[in-house]
Amino acid sequence: MIRTPLRPLARILEAREKGENPDAIERENIRRRHAEMQDKSRQRAEGRLLVLGGFFLCAFVVIGARMGMLATTEPVEPLASAAGSAIAMQRADIVDRDGRILATNFDTHSLYAQPPQMVDPDAAAEGLIKIFPDLKKERLIKDFTGKRKFVWIKKRISPEQKQAVHDIGDPGLLFGPREMRLYPNGRLAAHVLGGAGFGKEGVNAAEVIGVAGVEKQFDGYLRDPANGGKPLQLSLDLTIQAASERVLYGGMKLMNAKGATSVLMDVKTGEVISVVSLPDFDPNDRPRPPTSGDASDNPLFNRAVQGVYELGSTFKIFTAAQAVDLGLVNPETMIDTSGPMRVSGFPIGEFRNKNYGNLSVADIIVKSSNRGTGRLALQIGPTRQKAFLGSLGMFDPTPFEIVEARGGQPLFPKKWTDLSTVTISYGHGLSSSPMHLAAGYAAIANGGHYVSPTLLKQREPQLGPRVMSPEAAEAAQKMLRKVVTSGTASFAEVPGYRVGGKTGTADKPKPNGGYYESKVIATFASIFPSDDPKYVLIVTLDEPSIIAYGEERRSAGWTAVPVAAEMIGRVAPLLGLRPKVEPGQLAGITLTSN
Amino acid sequence: MTEMVYGAVQQRAGEPILPKWWRTLDKWSMTCVLILFAIGLLLGLAASVPLAERNGFGNFHYVMRQAVFGGAALVAMLLTSMMSPTLVRRLAVMGFIVTFVALALLPVFGTDFGKGAVRWYSLGFASLQPSEFLKPGFVVVAAWLIAASQEINGPPGKLWSFGLCITVVLMLVMQPDFGQACLVLFGWGVMYFVAGAPMILLVGMAGAVVVGGMVAYSSSEHFARRIDGYLNPEVDPTTQLGYATNAIREGGLFGVGVGEGQVKWSLPDAHTDFIIAVAAEEYGLVLVLVVISLYALIVVRSLFRLMRERDPFIRLAGTGLAAMFGVQAMINMGVAVRLLPAKGMTLPFVSYGGSSLIAGGIALGMLLAFTRARPQGGIADYLRGRG
Repeated sequence: MIRTPLRPLARILEAREKGENPDAIERENIRRRHAEMQDKSRQRAEGRLLVLGGFFLCAFVVIGARMGMLATTEPVEPLASAAGSAIAMQRADIVDRDGRILATNFDTHSLYAQPPQMVDPDAAAEGLIKIFPDLKKERLIKDFTGKRKFVWIKKRISPEQKQAVHDIGDPGLLFGPREMRLYPNGRLAAHVLGGAGFGKEGVNAAEVIGVAGVEKQFDGYLRDPANGGKPLQLSLDLTIQAASERVLYGGMKLMNAKGATSVLMDVKTGEVISVVSLPDFDPNDRPRPPTSGDASDNPLFNRAVQGVYELGSTFKIFTAAQAVDLGLVNPETMIDTSGPMRVSGFPIGEFRNKNYGNLSVADIIVKSSNRGTGRLALQIGPTRQKAFLGSLGMFDPTPFEIVEARGGQPLFPKKWTDLSTVTISYGHGLSSSPMHLAAGYAAIANGGHYVSPTLLKQREPQLGPRVMSPEAAEAAQKMLRKVVTSGTASFAEVPGYRVGGKTGTADKPKPNGGYYESKVIATFASIFPSDDPKYVLIVTLDEPSIIAYGEERRSAGWTAVPVAAEMIGRVAPLLGLRPKVEPGQLAGITLTSN
Repeated sequence: MTEMVYGAVQQRAGEPILPKWWRTLDKWSMTCVLILFAIGLLLGLAASVPLAERNGFGNFHYVMRQAVFGGAALVAMLLTSMMSPTLVRRLAVMGFIVTFVALALLPVFGTDFGKGAVRWYSLGFASLQPSEFLKPGFVVVAAWLIAASQEINGPPGKLWSFGLCITVVLMLVMQPDFGQACLVLFGWGVMYFVAGAPMILLVGMAGAVVVGGMVAYSSSEHFARRIDGYLNPEVDPTTQLGYATNAIREGGLFGVGVGEGQVKWSLPDAHTDFIIAVAAEEYGLVLVLVVISLYALIVVRSLFRLMRERDPFIRLAGTGLAAMFGVQAMINMGVAVRLLPAKGMTLPFVSYGGSSLIAGGIALGMLLAFTRARPQGGIADYLRGRG
């Protein structure tokens, strides 16, 4: 770059000669240079401003064009109802083991009002209370004439109700589509299914979420679109569940019990074929959780898995089976059951203060001798007893696949003393749920394997770890059969099905310690058919009491056993079990040969 | 010639202020601004009703507030546009210092209104966002510094202004307010570009932006999700963008009708970031194109007027203000039509918001002051043959 000097010598000299101020030349040069610089920068800026202006013009044109393109495309149908389709996703059905529907979805409507659009709020309120008697007229009028612009009236209404609301003819009464969970069988298997409610809720749709039972346990699976609407198949059998509920309900009423529960379980697969807890509820209209009173008396309470009870003498068979398994005794070994017997200063008595004298191990079970079982337990010792019961899953909540099962935590003593060993041997001091008991009996019935109860249909046996020898299990099965043929459960004889089982009558504990005199939990734990057991049935009645032969009777033999027998008689044919006709029934038929 | 008579009527030198203002003003731009403001009120009638309902006010609570703030903004704009560039510069520099301090003190005295970013001062009846007021002040200061550097023996103003720009950007990022930070950076970049940035540097910066974007994409999950959402041709209908797109489609050419729109009930930011979607739904493409043309007209007209400007400071400051105004509108509308990734930015003079309205009024007043017609020494140039 050629720089012109600010003070060119030739011009300075010339100026000096003329007597002018040479500084003016320098100033003039500076001014010119400044002007040139500005001109240059202005020209450059002109070009760049033009670019900038062009850029902005293009950008705005592009935005305008894009707007035009968007505005001239029609709103696509799924996008138009976008808010709806996003949450009203199909929830998978729940079916029983044969694919019969237990829970499905149903298109229904919600009813809401937009008061500003209402023509005659009074008439609308009048019409509405005729259709929905539970609504309050004053409240409706207040809502319709107040400042609110949007009022929910009913979350779900039937098509008939919808038509009736239509007929009121008020433009301010509007309907939103609702996908509703429907349990077509009503109360059937209510505790297993639980129920569903609305989660996120909009005018055009609401999200259905499981609130209890299997609906909540498998909420993620049921809502997962990746499953393609494949239903969730349970192990339950709809017909057997229905029969069980009918029989148990009748039995509960007949025995004046305030609650009842039953569990029917396949001993090899652990599948629960039916599980009932009474009183029950309608999952279509699930009641609100109780805010007062004893939660365990509420219909929502699942006695089969949540209720932990001292299940009494039904535990004796575990003691006997373990004693046989350990080789301490065989079923014929004689045990002294005479009193008095004290453990740690605590007297061990018998039912109605009986004294059985010397009994064989099998007869201890048949007669249900507390002292006899206690003596066996003392031979086994606390450590081995605790380990055995632990292997039967008696110390943890059952893995049964409904959310409530996690709440069924068994209660057992922290310090396992000799006294605990003795009382637990006959079912006191350890509280567990009927589901626990079913799993324990299944281990005896299937030849000595633990099975975990499951609600999902299984294709093959799910035998867990071995907990006793097949011989001990078989001996225990024989003892159970003998209880029915000649013991406390004689009412359990169901012709052709060879039921075996053990009764248990436990005094109910008072909330503040001690036991009630006249309130019991009566349980019958049964296996059938006892020569090749396939199913376990537990029936438990809460506070049963009947008058028989002029006497008030509460023991399981008089209460739970007849109910269980009726149930077996009803469900065994449904299970496809063949009755074995015993030769005695052939009496009267003359066999002839020629 | 001059009458020097005792007691004569005093005459002021020069032209009276108002006639001169009216003669030299860019009347087209000012008309556009007034129309924009009117459209803002009209859309506020539709878009702010759900907000008022949610907050338990009367239906048109926010429209009234918008009208009051807008009136103040218009007054501020008119007053500013009557000032001389020197006066504007002086006031703006002082204003910049005040807002800069206010911005610095935000972490101490500011509130976040539960939105996770400390950007506001709560004044009881209203809230104040200093960064909105900082932007025009910053543009003027930066333009002044850059212009000074173009004088003989001037200070290194480009470097100084760059340092200032980075400081402001960092303060905004710390709030965090990436939108305003981007605007400030963009405003400075445009001024630097017009002031004669070397071409090599421009290319290098473009490369740096690309690299920086890629780094941000791979390191920040939040950022990556936004970009993915932008690149994905399928719009998730439950997002704000999905609602906005659908609203534009519903609106079609002439809209669904006044007050019939649905999108304002679904979008939490219908009265600010997505007001153009409300406009598109209720009034259709027609109004949207009018709004776009108004912005384009203001920006492009201002830039073309500034091309003739001889004073480097006025040229730069005007360019910065016009560019910031234009790019803010561009980003807002570009997001609504999915040309740009989602970024919360208000539509100047149309969106609801007290601070942004008044600050926008001041900024536009400055722009109008800078684009006023003034003698550019053109004849002298011709006489000297420099054209």
